[in-house]
Amino acid sequence: MDDKQLQLLEDIMEIGFSLVETNLYLDTHPKDERALRLHNTLAGQYQELEFLYNSKYGPLKYTGMSQFPWKYIDEPWPWEIDYSGCD
Amino acid sequence: MWIYEKKLQYPVKVYSCNPSLAQMILEQFGGADGELSAGVRYLTQRWSMPTGEAKGILTDIGTEELAHWEIIGTIVYKLVKDATVEQIKGTPFEANYANRGKALFPQNAAGVPWTATFIQSKDDPIANLYEDMAAEQKARSTYENLIKLSDDPGVTDALKFLREREVVHFQRFGETLRIVEEYQERKKHY
Ligand SMILES: [Fe+2]
Repeated sequence: MDDKQLQLLEDIMEIGFSLVETNLYLDTHPKDERALRLHNTLAGQYQELEFLYNSKYGPLKYTGMSQFPWKYIDEPWPWEIDYSGCD
Repeated sequence: MWIYEKKLQYPVKVYSCNPSLAQMILEQFGGADGELSAGVRYLTQRWSMPTGEAKGILTDIGTEELAHWEIIGTIVYKLVKDATVEQIKGTPFEANYANRGKALFPQNAAGVPWTATFIQSKDDPIANLYEDMAAEQKARSTYENLIKLSDDPGVTDALKFLREREVVHFQRFGETLRIVEEYQERKKHY
């Protein structure tokens, strides 16, 4: 995986993690409007980046579209990636 | 329904080849207080939860635990992937190698296989949530032991991230406990 792809993937991982945090927080604080606004902003950014990644490198989820042939299976898989590539 | 996302929750950097440390990290892969136990425990208890908040938090924390299980598996995989047989000999990982080579298996640091007897699921949401809070504290404590055992800065970094998550989960389960208690109080009065 080249540095550009890894950088985009790590951006998605970062926003994805922020969404995990807003998700858990909102589960027990459903009426916190400020947290919900933050969640919605992050959700928009996540969708944009995921769409960009999907169109460039193939789907991160099986529900994504793919060029021919099916790019979802392209290696490396998450446990094989060398994340020290782009610090 | 679940859907896999082809990414880790946290980037796992491993700078060394260390079969001994890999075997110790397995404690969180298939041990009593490990990530697999946590995931199966919370996802299984969902059917006994009375409020939307409680059903949501068990679903979402349970799902996050599976992402942590994947992180732990990745640490173990990376710690042994380049190890030669000579480097494995004499380490605690040797017994695993004798059986299945470098393959991952849900077992604890001592080689005991994962079993559902590590968890409980009661028709009583209060009892379940207290178990869940205790589980988070036990997992935090295990991570602190593993951090002391780790001499790989990349592994330590990932373990610190996972330790922090246990603290957050404990917090969220505490809030859920109060929500469920209030719900049960309200039900009594009407
Ligand atoms: Fe947890």
